Amino acid sequence: MSERSGLNCVICGVGGQGNVLASRLIAQVLLARDEHVKTAETIGMAQRGGSVASHVRGGHPQSPLVPKGCADCLIAFEPGEAVRCIDYLAPGGTIVVNTQAAQPPVAALQGIDYDGSEALAYLRALPGVQLVEVDGASICEQAGSSKVLNIALLAAAVKSGALGITREELEDAIRERVHPRFHEMNLRAIMLVSE
Amino acid sequence: MPVKLLMGNEALGLGAIHAGVNFVSGYPGTPSTEVLEAVAKHNDGSIHVEWSTNEKAALEAAAGAAYAGARALVTMKQVGLNVASDPLMTLSYIGVEGGLVIVVADDPGPISSQTEQDTRNFAQFAKVPLFDPASPGEAYAMIQDAFELSERHHTPVIVRPTTRVSHACGTVKTRGGVADCGAAFQNPTLDDDDASWERHVPSGFTKDTQRWVVFPRTSYLNHGKVEKRAAAIAEELSFGYRPNRIEMSGMGHAEATCAFAERGDKRFELGIACGGISYHYVMEALEMCGLELPVLKIGTPYPFPAKLATEFLEAVDEVLCVEELDPIIERELNFLCGFEFLANTVHGKLDGYFGYAGEQSVEAICDVLADVADLHNETNVSDQIVSLPKPELPPRPPVLCAGCPHRASFYAVKRAVGKRKAIFCGDIGCYTLGNAAPLDMVDTCLCMGGGITVAQGIETVDPDTLAFGFVGDSTFFASGITGVVNAVYNQHDMIVCILDNSTTAMTGQQPHPGTGRTMMGTEVPPLSIPRILEALGVDCQIVDPLDFEGAVQAVRDAIDKTGVRAIIFKSPCIYLEPPAHPAVKLDLDACIDCRACIKQLGCPALVVEDGHVAVDESLCYGCELCCKICPTDALREGGSDE
Repeated sequence: MSERSGLNCVICGVGGQGNVLASRLIAQVLLARDEHVKTAETIGMAQRGGSVASHVRGGHPQSPLVPKGCADCLIAFEPGEAVRCIDYLAPGGTIVVNTQAAQPPVAALQGIDYDGSEALAYLRALPGVQLVEVDGASICEQAGSSKVLNIALLAAAVKSGALGITREELEDAIRERVHPRFHEMNLRAIMLVSE
Repeated sequence: MPVKLLMGNEALGLGAIHAGVNFVSGYPGTPSTEVLEAVAKHNDGSIHVEWSTNEKAALEAAAGAAYAGARALVTMKQVGLNVASDPLMTLSYIGVEGGLVIVVADDPGPISSQTEQDTRNFAQFAKVPLFDPASPGEAYAMIQDAFELSERHHTPVIVRPTTRVSHACGTVKTRGGVADCGAAFQNPTLDDDDASWERHVPSGFTKDTQRWVVFPRTSYLNHGKVEKRAAAIAEELSFGYRPNRIEMSGMGHAEATCAFAERGDKRFELGIACGGISYHYVMEALEMCGLELPVLKIGTPYPFPAKLATEFLEAVDEVLCVEELDPIIERELNFLCGFEFLANTVHGKLDGYFGYAGEQSVEAICDVLADVADLHNETNVSDQIVSLPKPELPPRPPVLCAGCPHRASFYAVKRAVGKRKAIFCGDIGCYTLGNAAPLDMVDTCLCMGGGITVAQGIETVDPDTLAFGFVGDSTFFASGITGVVNAVYNQHDMIVCILDNSTTAMTGQQPHPGTGRTMMGTEVPPLSIPRILEALGVDCQIVDPLDFEGAVQAVRDAIDKTGVRAIIFKSPCIYLEPPAHPAVKLDLDACIDCRACIKQLGCPALVVEDGHVAVDESLCYGCELCCKICPTDALREGGSDE
């Protein structure tokens, strides 16, 4: 097994949920620490409401993709996508999951009543895994925008300790990479999760 | 900040600027699009940047600029090079004055493409040097080396990133100035002063018919020169060009190269040969497996650095080749074994250790290493994967966005056609997604602009079939017009549906000739699709697809006519404008839960919640198409009853 000390994180969800920004913010934090960073993102056709995953790695990584079984932290915008990407998780890793399901149009068409509950039950039953459940819908409502889901999940991951980064570092990364117009609502989302 | 986090494509764009590029052209295509956008973003106005109508136009224009001594960059995805192959093949013979670099992004997977073609083959075929970067950092340096090599040898040069280089971000040290081939790459400058790069001043075009006009006699002479040029470049790239190297795994760069050089008479049982992103997968896999092996890294698969590869083969018994797509390096090594009478065993795709299709991965390499290196240790990655049985998940393929006007256009055609026998020939773009249930409105999809022409062949063979060809606005300009001309001239009977959303949507909203904007930031008169069609003698209607009844009527009118007729469905991409209307409201008292809306439209904002239809207001764009088809008027315009 690799001796690397750097972070390995996989962020998964549905195209359009703000996945790429989430991975860039973690990368920004590591860059601010003078770490070597690599990320891999899904851009293009798969973005249009399909399953997407971003990978972020610190500490002189070779591959931009996290090998299976090596992610310290899996951040999922949706319970089913967490299950789809579970093979990336390292033993004893942390899963941060938004409990609200995103229903694929295929499910509605085929009359499958997909609400993510089976996926959540599976995640809860996984042995030796730290599971952090986030009520994303409620935080978005309190923060006043559905756009802050990515920041809410990042803040929960920061709080869990799995990313090895601090709230202040995340806030600095937002100030560095996000348009000032959106700073307040994103910082509010962090506050709602952290306190 | 001395170090930047750059996406591979941004690194290529910035590298081109730092190489003094004067002229940049291209056509959008995943995963290449951001290269040209990066140049445009950092352009101080001194570089001409354009989205050309297609890849062929882009390469020809850039060739002209390079004839006149400019440094020129052309960007496209791998299938784009098929379109540009006509000028490329001849340009290899004619050559250039200023450096000409073509960035062609390959897409193993494929993640966003029609084919998994390997551009390294194209380089061999066209006899054009190709650089194969392994990371954003190497891409930044290589594109500068590519310009230098191109200018010195008067040849076009290809730089070929793959998706995991183009769309990966990495920490990159940038610098000013113009790189020297190879030498500068060994010492990436720490300085980040973007202003310090040297501007290149084009010499201007010098007339010389012997040089610039292709004739059979000059081509005969040039053919010989091209072969000599390739041999000279192969020699040059074999030694001293760092992206081509032999190193020992498990060490830092500098000591790794020394460790191999100082091996003495030591032979190794196994060595790895690789290139591109696979190099990093290999290094990680070797680290995970705890193996220290000599690794041959190929940064320029054509012309192949044969002398370096021979040195490697002479030091090892067996070789495992790790690459994506075609076994290019593997074939070269097998060839060298025969040519140089070497007794190595070369493993890879040809003997079945790796498959041809899809991406390479650290996991797959670990598995093969365990086999080849006869490992019996604990490094089997799959052991660590959780073994609890997973719940079944509904598939989540990409779909047309909520509010996408293409959904309304397809649905209007579907309703107007009804039970008539019809064929729907689709094309490349977001609207390819119209193939999914429940729309099911794409019967064929071949290539850019192919929908219009494929329909002509089918209607000729099946004359009782109504033939529809769908094309987007950007694709219409790229290669749809020739198909319409063909239809008119050859008296085909078809309906051309132009889905005009005023942008190149799939690749991220790039401007095109119909938008009135250029990549230089100027406003220009937009080209009019209806006036072009009119000039071709095509009967043409323009409708708003979100005016559902009007759109259906327009299709009915077109069905009643014969010959070539066109309908332009004009409504902007939802990414161009904020929603004009609030989210649709569902009146639960009126809704009979028949789910006609879901079954007919497949909109992501129409969901089932607690066993009943619901509107996901966070996704609904307010296009109100569903309101128009709800049989009980339960779906209503948002805010209408407030």
